[in-house]
Amino acid sequence: MIYAGILAGGTGKRMGYVDTPKQFLDLGGKPLIIHTLEKFLLNARFEKIYVGVVKDWITHTEDIIMKYIGGNGRICVCEGGRDRNGTIMNIIRRIEESYGLRDEDIIVTHDAVRPLLSHRIIEDNIDAALSCGACDTIIPATDTIVHSLDAEYLEEIPDRKKIYQGQTPQSFNINLIKKCFSNLSESDKKVLTDACKICVLQGIKVKVVLGEVYNIKITTPYDLKVANAILKEDLSE
Amino acid sequence: MINQVYQLIAPRQIGITFDEVSTQTEKIIVRPTYLSICAADQRYYTGKRDPEALRKKLPMALIHEATGVVVRDARGEFKPGEKVLLVPNTPSVHDNYISENYLSTSRFRASGFDGFMQEYVFMDRDRLVRCGQILPEVASVCELVSVAMHSVNTFMAGSHGRREHIGVWGDGNLGYVTSLMLTKLLPEAKISVFGIDPYKLNFFSFADSACHIDDVPADLHIDHAFECVGGQASESAIEQIIDHINPEGTVMLMGVSESNVPIKTRMMLEKGLRFIGRSRSGKQDFIDTARYLERYPDLQSRIKKIIREVIPVSNIAEISGAFEEDLTQAFKTVMKWNV
Repeated sequence: MIYAGILAGGTGKRMGYVDTPKQFLDLGGKPLIIHTLEKFLLNARFEKIYVGVVKDWITHTEDIIMKYIGGNGRICVCEGGRDRNGTIMNIIRRIEESYGLRDEDIIVTHDAVRPLLSHRIIEDNIDAALSCGACDTIIPATDTIVHSLDAEYLEEIPDRKKIYQGQTPQSFNINLIKKCFSNLSESDKKVLTDACKICVLQGIKVKVVLGEVYNIKITTPYDLKVANAILKEDLSE
Repeated sequence: MINQVYQLIAPRQIGITFDEVSTQTEKIIVRPTYLSICAADQRYYTGKRDPEALRKKLPMALIHEATGVVVRDARGEFKPGEKVLLVPNTPSVHDNYISENYLSTSRFRASGFDGFMQEYVFMDRDRLVRCGQILPEVASVCELVSVAMHSVNTFMAGSHGRREHIGVWGDGNLGYVTSLMLTKLLPEAKISVFGIDPYKLNFFSFADSACHIDDVPADLHIDHAFECVGGQASESAIEQIIDHINPEGTVMLMGVSESNVPIKTRMMLEKGLRFIGRSRSGKQDFIDTARYLERYPDLQSRIKKIIREVIPVSNIAEISGAFEEDLTQAFKTVMKWNV
């Protein structure tokens, strides 16, 4: 089966709105997370769509889903984890409890705060996860990326042609990512926050899927301004 | 949800715009799958429409010939995954005398408002026709076929009953599907096609004859004619039709021209000819077209012949590439919509 995992465990501190996690902020009249969920709901290949949120916000999430989307048997709201991977693993645990796990099951994980993803990106993720077991969504880096160890002097400047920026979705064969995660020590788990990196470090080949420049992550007030501007843009002006 | 709309901003320049739309809607949400490029789209894409029209209509998503699959219908009348034809004509009122496709209040996709180059399209309930038995690339050109169906049906209702020999002028896509539908709807009639390109004329194997306009015999007599030429060449086509048509014949005008086309009215009056313009189809024409294509699979394989290329597109560069490629093609280009 094909599952989606919407990662909404953040508390929004980077936004400056400590009281409102960023995934609940308004974009074009609706919370960010609703836009994201709607895009996943329109893809019939997903059996269930899990939303992992911080515990205190579970009822709020259920309320806004009911308000903007209505009752929908495909959506399950559950508690997120301590961090990103913790949320993914919580979602997988819930899937296992409810439906069991089969070797062919995959999960498409996506940041709730990237509402501008496209149908094509979702489709490419599903296909890549089914055929390769793991995939990451990336775009070529436009800025030069530099490497510094101390934030004072440059260590190296990697060849830009080989540098990409990571986005989401990241998608995995569920048994594969579960196994990779369980192989980590508790200290590794604290440091390795990217699920694809966990795969790469364990020698798993991770396929890349081309993202889109506009598939931005809305994590700062500036990002929200940009997203609102994109929505209100009139191309004729 | 934030829906991506691929609009033509200026000639040869396509951009993405993002629309906030609710999925909790009475409209039916459809994922476009195959989109066919029409000459009308190319007139916008290459900037051949007059500057005033371009200024008024752009930015606008192109494409009015498309098929798709239903994603969501709140009422459940259409099931998710059902294949449908998308009707581009969108009426807002009913008129007892004027059909929906010619009402000035009706809007038309990729002419009055955004066409089908969108991530998802939100369709009025009555603007979908099921097409489960039609090949998807063929379904994408059904709008063109429905125009031919519409014209032939009008012709049957309005022309006199002697229909022994019918001439079709134009060897392009419209001429092809119109003469093809005539062979099915009027199997007893002799269908002759007149064009200028020997390569294209070779495709009309189903017609009784296909000849170059310079080789039309002087003693040719036809009962009725279909003009599928358009542009400047409409003038010479209509002149030739008037020369060879029998009195009281019906001439169906279907080719679009951006400029005025002179017509030899003296002979038109002397022969008592009837000229009828037809260019836009309505919902019923789509229904008739779908049923015909499902009943006659040979029609589908013949229509497939004029689809010269199916190009998968997943970004703006590939969409532009498909439009450019289409300009070099004799017949139809279809985009497999992967955006």
